[in-house]
Amino acid sequence: MENLEKILTEHPFLSGLETRHIKLITGCASNVVFQPGEFLFREGQPADHFYIIRQGKVMIEIFVPQKGPIAIQSRGEGEVTGWSWLVPPYRWHFDARAYELTRAIALDGKCLRQKCEEDHDFGYELMKRFTTIIAQRLDATRFQLMDIYGVHSEK
Amino acid sequence: MPESNDKSTRSGVIKTDGFEHLLEALAGRGYEIIGPTVKDGAVTYDTITAVHDLPIGLIDRQDGGTYRLLQNDQKTLFGYVVGQDSWKKFLYPPKHKMLELARRDKTFNTVRDGGKPGKLALLGVRACELQAIAVHDKILLGGPYADPDYRTNRENSLIIAVNCTRAGGTCFCVSMGTGPKAKSGFDLALTEIIENGSHYFLVESGSDMGAEILSEISSREADEHDIRTAELAIATAAANMGRNLDTNGLKELLQRNFDHPRWDQAAVRCLSCGNCTMVCPTCFCMTIEDATDIDSQIAARWRKWDSCFTLDFSYIHGGSIRASGKSRYRQWLMHKLANWVDQFGMIGCVGCGRCITWCPVGIDLTEEAGAIRASEIGK
Amino acid sequence: MASTLKNSKSVIANQREPMVIRPFAIKRVVNETYDTFTLDLIPAGHQDDVRFVPGQFNMVYAFGAGEVPISISGDPADSTRLVHTVRAVGGVTNLIRSMKTGDSLGIRGPFGTGWPVDQAIGGDVVIVAGGIGLAPLRPAVYYLLTNRDKYNKISLLYGTRTPDDLLYRQQLKKLRARFDLDLEITVDAAGGEWHGNVGVVTTLIGKAPFDPSHSVAMVCGPEVMMRFTVMELQKRGVADDRIFVSMERNMKCGVGLCGHCQMGPTFICKDGPVYRYDSIKDIFLKREI
Repeated sequence: MENLEKILTEHPFLSGLETRHIKLITGCASNVVFQPGEFLFREGQPADHFYIIRQGKVMIEIFVPQKGPIAIQSRGEGEVTGWSWLVPPYRWHFDARAYELTRAIALDGKCLRQKCEEDHDFGYELMKRFTTIIAQRLDATRFQLMDIYGVHSEK
Repeated sequence: MPESNDKSTRSGVIKTDGFEHLLEALAGRGYEIIGPTVKDGAVTYDTITAVHDLPIGLIDRQDGGTYRLLQNDQKTLFGYVVGQDSWKKFLYPPKHKMLELARRDKTFNTVRDGGKPGKLALLGVRACELQAIAVHDKILLGGPYADPDYRTNRENSLIIAVNCTRAGGTCFCVSMGTGPKAKSGFDLALTEIIENGSHYFLVESGSDMGAEILSEISSREADEHDIRTAELAIATAAANMGRNLDTNGLKELLQRNFDHPRWDQAAVRCLSCGNCTMVCPTCFCMTIEDATDIDSQIAARWRKWDSCFTLDFSYIHGGSIRASGKSRYRQWLMHKLANWVDQFGMIGCVGCGRCITWCPVGIDLTEEAGAIRASEIGK
Repeated sequence: MASTLKNSKSVIANQREPMVIRPFAIKRVVNETYDTFTLDLIPAGHQDDVRFVPGQFNMVYAFGAGEVPISISGDPADSTRLVHTVRAVGGVTNLIRSMKTGDSLGIRGPFGTGWPVDQAIGGDVVIVAGGIGLAPLRPAVYYLLTNRDKYNKISLLYGTRTPDDLLYRQQLKKLRARFDLDLEITVDAAGGEWHGNVGVVTTLIGKAPFDPSHSVAMVCGPEVMMRFTVMELQKRGVADDRIFVSMERNMKCGVGLCGHCQMGPTFICKDGPVYRYDSIKDIFLKREI
C-alpha cells in the first residue's frame, strides 16, 4: 500500500507546503483508477474533486452537437487537473475522459473547501498554487486560439 | 575602372573653350559620355555629345523639398551641385535583364547572360558620389557574393570627377568626410576656376588612362597659382555646407533608440513615397522579377530597383513585417546611418543631401538624427 | 557514415555563380497534408551532387513565374537527391504544386547557416518544431541519427495545428519506435478520435528528458511559437547561447544583395537563417524590425 502522504509531499505542485498542511490534504486524498474511455468528470456535474495524474492520459473535452467530442487539452503524468471545485457554482464546465488506463490521486474538493474556510493560511497556500495553474492554462489556451500554424489569407 | 597609381598623378589645365577636346578624347576612345544636362527643370545625368549639352550658367537652390535651377551670369559648366539622379542609374541600372532561360522538353537552360554594356565615361562625378560608388563597390563586389554585371559596368567605365566649388543647400559632405574634394577613385578630376575674366579647369589625373587623356588635351602644366585658387574654391564650398550631421557614436545612438518617439513624429509626415530611396546614391535594394514571352517558352529574369518603403518589401505569409509607415521610415534611416556600419564597415550616407531636397515633405535625416541625439542630452 | 559539417558558418554555394539556375527534375511527389507536399528532385542535365548542411535553404524557381526560398528537408548524407517540403500559399508555390513527376524546377543554392549539429556533440539535444518548422529541422534529425553515438539524449518535440496537419507521418511512426530518441507530438485542436497530446508545443518542454546544462536546443516554427518556446527553454535553464532558432523573411536574391531579408543589421539569407539566440536576442523581441 503506497504512502499517499509521501507521494503528495514529493509532488512539485505541493512543494513548499508545511507538513501540517500536507496532512490536511492527505486526509482528503485517495487513490483512483480509470479505465480507457472512462470519464473522470462530466460537464454539468458537481465539481467535488481534483486529480493529480500519476500515470496515463486524460483528455479535457467538450461535446458539440453534430461534431461530437472536441479535444481541448490533454493532461498527462504529473499534471494537476480540475479547478472548478474552487470556483462557485462548483460544477464542471468540461468533460474529462481517460484515454489510457489512468491512475490518479483524487482529492476531495468539498472536504478541502471546508478546510480552506477553517484555516485561511491553508486556503491561501492552495489558492496561490491553483492560480499559477489557471494562469498557465490561460496562456496555453490563448496560444491555441492564435492558430499560429494556420494559413493566412494571401493577396 | 581607375587605379590609383602615384606615377600617373599629374595636373594640367584646360581652357573652357577647349573643353570639347576632353569630350573628343573620350568619344575617340569609344566611350559614350554621360554627363549633366537639363531636363524638366532639373539637372539629370544623360548622354551628352557637346559642351552645349552641359548646364551652362545654371546653379541650383536646394532645401528641404525644394529644388530650383537659376541662371547665373558666369557661364559655369558645373555650377550646379547634384540633381536627383546619381550614377547608380548607369552602373546599377533601374531595370536590368540578368539572364534568359529557354524551355527544352521538360527542362530548361540558360541561353543568355547579363548583356554587353558599352563603355561609359561618367563626366561630372562629385566627391560624395565617388564615395557612393565606393560604397556600392564594397557591397556589390566586396562580399562573398558579387554582382558580375555591376563588375562589368565598373570595369568598362571611366570616371571624370568634378570638385565642388559651391555647396548645395542640403549638402553635408564635410560632416561625412566625403568631400567636397575628390581624393581617389577617379581617372580625372576637374576643378572649375573662374577668376578675373579667365575661365579654366585645373585637371588632375588619377589613373594611367587619365594621365594619357590629360597629356593629350592639357594646354599647359598647372602652376602654384592654379592649385591654390582651386583649393580656395573648394574650401569655400566646404565652409558653406547646408547641413550638418554629428556622426560620433551615431550607430549606437540610433540602435539604442529604436523605440524613440521621434519615429512617430517622422511617421506622421512621411508619405512612404520612396523618393529618398530612388535618389539616394547608395541605396542598393533590388528585386528580381521573372517574366515569360507569350508562349511561355523563353523566360527572362530582371533585376529592378526596389524600395524598403513598400509594403511588399517585407511581406511574408499573409502580412508585412513592417506594416506601419513608422517602421518603414525607421528601417530606412537606421539602415543608412547605423546598420550599414555593422554590415559593411562604413556608413551608408555620403552627405549629398538628395533625400532632403527630393522629399515632398522635406524630412531631413540630419534633423531627425540630431533630434534623437539632442533628446539624450541631460539624461 | 560520420561526417563533419561546418554548421555555424555559411557553406557557400560551391564555386558556382549564385545567380545561375540549375534545373532539377521532380522524381516523386508526396502529399503530406491538404496544402503541403514533399518533392524529391534529381539533377536534370547536369551531374552536380546535392551538398548542403542541415538548416540551409535553396531559392526554388518555377520557370517564368518566380522564385521562393524553401529549406532543404532531406538527408544530408544522400547526395543524389534534393528534398523540399513546400506549403502552397501563394502564386509560385501553387504553381509548383501543380507540377508532376518529370517536370523541372530551378534551384539556386544552398544558402545560409546551418544547425549546430557539431556544437551539440557530447550532450543532449532538444529539437522543438512547430508546424512546417519541422521541415528545416528534419535534416538535423537525419544527421543526428546517422551519428547517433556522438550525442546523449535526443528529444524531438513537434506541435502542429491538427492531426491532419502532421508531416512525415510514416517517418514519425518509425521515430516513435526507436529507443534512442524521445518523440512527443501535440496538436492545437483535435476531434475525439485523436488520443495523443492536445495543447501547444511549449507544454511538452517541461517534461522532456534533457539536461538543460548540457543541451543544445534547435527551434523552428512561426515566430510567436519560437518566442514562447525560448521562454520555456530558458525557464528550464537552457542558456541563451545554447538555443538556436531559424528566422525567416522575404527573400529575393538569397545572397545578401537585394536587401529584402534584413532584420535589423543582419541579413537572414547569409547571417542566418539559423541564429544562436543570444546573438539576436535584442532584435528578436523588437516589433516591426
